[in-house]
Parts: sequence; structure tokens; C-alpha cells
Amino acid sequence: MEMKTPGKGSTGTALLLALLIVVLVGWTVYTFGAGKYQPPAPITQIGQEIDVQYQRTLWVTGIVFVLSQLGLAWAIFRFRDRGQRATFSRGNNTLEALWTTATIVLFLGLGVMARHAWAATHFVEADSDAIRVEVTGNQFVWNFRYAGPDGKFGRLDNKQVASSSGNPLGLDAADAAGKDDIVVPTLTVPVDHQVELLLRSQDVIHSFFVRELRLKQDAVPGMVIPIHFTATQIGRYEIVCTQLCGLGHYRMRSFLDVVSDADYQKFLKDQEQALLPAPAATAAAQDAAATATSGVAAK
Amino acid sequence: MSSQAHAAPHVGAAPTGFVRKYIFSVDHKVIGIQYYLLALTAVAVGIFLSVLMRLHLAWPTLHLPGFVGGLMTPEQYLSLVTMHGTIMIFFVLTTAPQSGFGNYFLPIQIGAPDMAFPVINMMSFWVTFVAFVFMVGAFFVPGGAPLGGWTNYPPLSGLGEVTGPGEGMGETFWLISISLFCLASLMGALNFIATTIDLRAPGMSLMRMPLTVWAWLVTAILGLLAFGVLLAAGILLLLDRGAGTSFFIPAGLVVSDTVQNHSGGSPLLWQHLFWFFGHPEVYIAILPGMGVASHVLSTFSRKPVFGYKAMVYALCGIGFLGFMVWGHHMFVSGMSPYSGLAFSFLTLAIGVPSAIKTFNWLGTLWGGRIQFTTPMLYALGFVSLFVSGGLSGIFLAQPAVDLYLHDTYFVVAHFHLIMGVAAIFGIFSATYFWFPKMFGRMMNDTLGRLHFWITFIGVYCIFMPMHFIGIVGHPRRYADSTGVNYLATPLLHHVHVFMTVAAIVTAIAQLLFFFNFFWSLKFGAKASQNPWLATTLEWTIPSPPPHDNFGGNYPSVYRGPYEFSVPGAQDDFIPQNLTPAQAGQAR
Repeated sequence: MEMKTPGKGSTGTALLLALLIVVLVGWTVYTFGAGKYQPPAPITQIGQEIDVQYQRTLWVTGIVFVLSQLGLAWAIFRFRDRGQRATFSRGNNTLEALWTTATIVLFLGLGVMARHAWAATHFVEADSDAIRVEVTGNQFVWNFRYAGPDGKFGRLDNKQVASSSGNPLGLDAADAAGKDDIVVPTLTVPVDHQVELLLRSQDVIHSFFVRELRLKQDAVPGMVIPIHFTATQIGRYEIVCTQLCGLGHYRMRSFLDVVSDADYQKFLKDQEQALLPAPAATAAAQDAAATATSGVAAK
Repeated sequence: MSSQAHAAPHVGAAPTGFVRKYIFSVDHKVIGIQYYLLALTAVAVGIFLSVLMRLHLAWPTLHLPGFVGGLMTPEQYLSLVTMHGTIMIFFVLTTAPQSGFGNYFLPIQIGAPDMAFPVINMMSFWVTFVAFVFMVGAFFVPGGAPLGGWTNYPPLSGLGEVTGPGEGMGETFWLISISLFCLASLMGALNFIATTIDLRAPGMSLMRMPLTVWAWLVTAILGLLAFGVLLAAGILLLLDRGAGTSFFIPAGLVVSDTVQNHSGGSPLLWQHLFWFFGHPEVYIAILPGMGVASHVLSTFSRKPVFGYKAMVYALCGIGFLGFMVWGHHMFVSGMSPYSGLAFSFLTLAIGVPSAIKTFNWLGTLWGGRIQFTTPMLYALGFVSLFVSGGLSGIFLAQPAVDLYLHDTYFVVAHFHLIMGVAAIFGIFSATYFWFPKMFGRMMNDTLGRLHFWITFIGVYCIFMPMHFIGIVGHPRRYADSTGVNYLATPLLHHVHVFMTVAAIVTAIAQLLFFFNFFWSLKFGAKASQNPWLATTLEWTIPSPPPHDNFGGNYPSVYRGPYEFSVPGAQDDFIPQNLTPAQAGQAR
């Protein structure tokens, strides 16, 4: 097509394109605002803070989104070719300075406001009385280890790893500190008490994610990565893997059970009594083990 | 500027043999078309893979031809994820806008007869071609294509088949392909930079270069600094896999109860090296699109680019900052949280030059006389998509918010809009815009418009809902939703179905483009020298251009690239090579 005669067909196209953009803006604003798609309610203080920051960001980006898209739609319609001569302009330094400053203030301001939630979870170590649980990922299950009554994690020996015979973490049989270690396929923690997780992986990179905690952390082989949280709502929440770890990635799931203090003590006592060396890593066993109150006698 | 432009090796008779003319050609125009056709092949493969993925996500039990037993396995799904991402990012988004159009038009737009190093140019294409053969070959080796994603994190990618099918020979092919691609891109980048610096026509000062040339130059600098790092990382990973080294693999890994014979490596090292390349790569994909958008918006608004210098500085600013933000891919990786905060602020800072560009595009349109040609429609679509895709980056740049959104579909939505379809819209705009110059014929306008409307609506329908399921917490790279209770809901299923239908419609609409492209090659209306009444040097020579571009009459440049609607001028455009006297205005 050679250059058209001025204005030919431009009104229809301009209208359609401008209208599409307006519809896009309406659809997006409605869906983000209507609340049909929401994260579940957070169960930590920091989670609430993160949600506030998310809302702030949604407002700032939302306003920029609406103004820019509607500005685009307006320009498309208003300045469509009707045979007029274009206004000659090479730019405007005042405007450049204005929108540069505005975006610096808005975007970096958001960064400053987001700092606290990150610092509170990542710059501060867990309290000394936090409950420590070691979390280990391997293709494609999670295992959680509690130190037991002695408060000490037993030594691990990779050569002794045998998931089928009940020692998925490779607890060293020679280390007395490991005798009372509790290894379970789901995570049970008391409500309103700080928990420190020590994330490990045996094979490839996994990632620990609980939506309600607003917390995600990769478990990297060769590293022990601590994270901490204090859950304030009793309930059962799903733990999912969010780092591509192989063909079973999509089903590498476990549960976080936030329970009352009494229930937590009961859980520990039951586990200590039962002291299963380690449950088999099947999905059925995972579910069952979480609420198991009795088991075979300890070795 | 320099006289050596006129003594480049290209001057001389055009080759006559078929092989020298069309296959092992050293002509930048032929090489540009070769790159473009390679990208066209790759994009067809990439789209096909994505449709298979979408079908599986919407209807996991659907029987698909070509799969053993008719059902797609989780590992097959992951290999589609991996290959779709890799093919699209490397062989489409890096190949078409930079190597394809850059090769063809950079020399012409600066008034040069060819690239500075024509033989290296030929080699970069053919090495890229071999890389593509290896990449596609990964599908056909025992174990199939790799499943580690385009980011290919070790140890998953470093231990061989023990971590999954496809991690054997398929993964090796993938690494060989990527390493070759890096090598080719380094040669290409070198060529682009040398050409832009040394072969500009007299009068073509830096601040008279079209923004497309600026974009290709900055992209080439990014490529020169980034691809070398990925090449090194790729070779180290190949050594870990084949030569018993442990650059990325720590001691004592246990896979399937078997202790692996590695010690001393760091998985995070790969992530740093990969993203030191990977983030600039995002800009390698999008910067040429920004250049094209600026160029086309100015041409069809019949107005100079608003804030040309601000646009140049913003391009350079994005290129510079682009090297300092890679850590935002690693907020939850186990990297120091203090680094995370630094990367957060640098990432938010890169939003500033991006916003400057957006506002200047709106400024260019403002007060213009907008002509809705097909390339213009795509450039307008580019602006809309760039805004939509860019703003979600502000969420992900904050580590605290990223704690929730990282590795969910929110991220998939973000990068597809901004570096996927926005960049593709740049490619489409460039194709419709330059096709007449490249092939001497116009593309069909009706088909082009239809293609635009369906694609514009389609991509928003595919990718906007991905934000919504990301907000629900839907992790990416999940073969299906059966493993997690909160994913197996009717609501999320409906969204998946909606996106799949949109993807199928959009994919089919691309046939309009393919048909239009090949049909117009033969049957399109003949194009004149300057069908768009544009100002840059490519429009001052015949369509298609002669072998040495300017037929021996090398141009001198007297003005900036976007002289539209200049008060007092006779026409509403003044080509860059017109003398003040010819332009009919005193300057």
C-alpha cells in the first residue's frame, strides 16, 4: 500500500484501537480490583505488611497504567489523520525533567517503603528461643527434622541415605544426638511462636513456598539457609515447591500445620514415643503421618 | 564522517553464483534475510510448542498426536517449557530484531556499503544456524529434550540423566547449541559496533543516527559484554557434565539414594553468571523493538521523535543499568539479603529510563497526524504492551513483594508481555515497515490489519489472566494442577481454558502473517523507493537496494533523522541526505 490520501479510513481505525485500549483498561482495573483473584489471608504480621505494600504498589502502578493507556488511546483518537498538519516539536525539557523526577520519586519511594518487610525477615536473625526445624528437599518430597528432647540435630551422613528403608536424610547411626531426632513429612509448628527453618537440599534446587506465610526461599544443595516466621492462625496450609526440580516438580507438596501450644506438645510427645525412623515418602503416608498418634515401637 | 566508508571490501561486482549469492553470502542484506528466515522458522516451532503446552494445561487428559500413549507426561511438558523458552529467546527475540533487521538496515541507515567485517558476518550467521540445528536436534536424541527450563540451573542440569530424562544427551545438545549461539553473537556484536563507529557517512554524527541505529549499537554492546559470560558458564557446565569438574556442583549430593561424585562447586555461581547474561539479554530482545517503535511512531505521526536526545540517553541508561540488576532474579535464591536490597533499588531505577521512553512516545504522538498503517498499528500496540508488561516489573523489583510472586504465573505474565510480545510487536512493525524496501513489494494491507487486530486482542487475552492466577499463587512450570489442592479449583481451570483458547486463536492468526509474507514476496504491489514518505537513508535508494546499497553514490548527511513537518519546508518530510538548498529552507 502506498501512502494513503489524508485521513482515509483513519477515523474507524482510530476509534477501534482507542476503544480496545479503553476496554483493556476497564477489564484490567476491574479484575485487579474486584477481588476474585486473591492470595489467601496472610497468617503472619509480616505477611500483612507485605500485603499493604502490594496494595500500595497496585495503586501506584494502577494509576500510571490507567493514565498512560488512556493517554495513548486519547492521542490515537484525537490526533488521527484528518488532513491536518502535524505540530512541529522536538520535545520539551521541562516535561522530561518532570516525568523523570516523578518516576524516580514514585518507583524508588515504593522501594523505600518495601524495605522494612524485607529487612524484618531477612536482616534479623531468629530469636534464640525460636523453634528450629530443618527442612530438606529431594526429588520430589519434603522432610522436616526436629532436634528432639536433647535439642541437638544429629550428624548426617550422605552415604547412609536410604529413603526406602526409612532414613531419607541419612541420619548417622553412630551419632547419639541423632537418636531422638524426629523426621516427618509434614511441618507442624505452634501458633504465635517464632519458628526458624533451616533449608537444605539433597540433590537439586527446590524452593519452599507457603502462600499464607508470604514466604518463599530456595533450598540449595550445599547450603543451609535459615528463614523464620511466626504464624498467628491455627490451620493447615499447603507447602509447594516453586523451583523447577525435575519431572515431579508439580507434585512436590507438603503441609504446614499451625497448631495450639498444647497440640504441639502432644505432637512432639507422640513423635518421641513413636519415633518412627522415617515414614515412607508416599503421598498417602505424608497425609497420614501428620496426624499419626500411634506407631510402631521405637527401635 | 570518514572516507574509509567508501573503501570497504564490498565495493565490486555482485557475486553471480547461487551459492555465493544466497547461501554463503557476505552481503549484509542477504545475511539479514537469512537471519530473519531462521527466526521465522524458529518462531513457528516456538509457537507450536506453546500451543501444545496450553492444550495440556487446559485439558491434561487430552490425547495429542505424537505422544506415546497419546498423553503428555510431566517430563515432556517440562521439555516443551524448556525448548519453547530457549528457542523464542535466543533464536527469535535475539535473532530477528538485532541480527536480522540490524544486519540489513544498520549499514544502510548510516550510509555504509556493508558491515565492517563481511566474512565474520557470514560466519556469525552460519554458526547461529548450526546452533539451531543442535537445539532442535535435542528433541531427537535418546531421552529427548532437556527439562531444566531456559535458565538451566545446576545441579538439575549438571548431573546427567540421573536427575531426569532429557538431562542426558538432550541437555548436552542444548549446552552445545547455546555455546555456539554465544560465539556467533559475539562475532555479530563486534561487527555491529565496529560498523557503527567506523563506517558512518559524512555528516552522520552520533546525534544524527536514527534511534534504530542507536538501539542496535547499545544492544551490540550489551551482547559483547553479556554473551561472553554465558559462553564461559556454558563451557564450565559442559565440563562439569563431561569432564568430572565441579564448578557448579557441591559435595555430597544424593540423587536416588546415590552419592554423586562431585565436590566444591556452587549452584549459585551458575545463577550469577547466567543472570549476568540473562538480564541484559532481556534488553537485547527489547531495545531494537524500542528503536523500531520510536522510528515508526515518528514516521507515521509525521512528527520528529519527541525528546530525541532524552531517548538516546534513556537507551544508554537502560543498557548501563541493565548490567546491574541481574540479582533481582535471585531474591529468593539464598543470595545475601543485603545484595537483594541493592538490586531492588537498581531495578526500580531502570524503570525510570523506561518511563522516559514511554512518555516520549506519547509526546511523539501528541499533536501529530497519525496514519494508521500496519507498521504503525504494531508500533502503537508495542507501546501499550510495553506499559502493561513494564509496570508489573515494579512489583517484582521489591524483594518483599517478590517473596510471594516469585516463580508464579505473575512473572510469566510480566516477561511475556514485555520481552515476549512487546518485542514481537517490534518485529512485526519492522517487518511491515521494511518489507517493501527489502523485497521491493508491499505486504497486503488488509491481511496485515486483520493480523494486527487478532494478535493485539489475543496476546492480552493470553497473558493478562496470567497475572490473576499468579496472584492466587499458581507456581510456574507445573505440568498440571493435580498435585496441589489450591490449584485444582474450577476458577483456575476456567482461566487456563480461556488462555488456551486465546492462544490457539492467536496462533492460527499468525498463519495470516506467514501467508501474507510469502504471498507478497511474489504478488505484492510493487513498492516505490519511498512508499512511507520517510526520512532516513534507506528510503533514498531503490527498493530493493542494489548490491552495494548506494550504487556508488555514497550519501552525505545534512540533518537529523526525523525531520517531519518542519515549518517552512515544502514537504512534510526532509530526507537526511538533502542539502539545505534542496530542502528548500535556510539553515
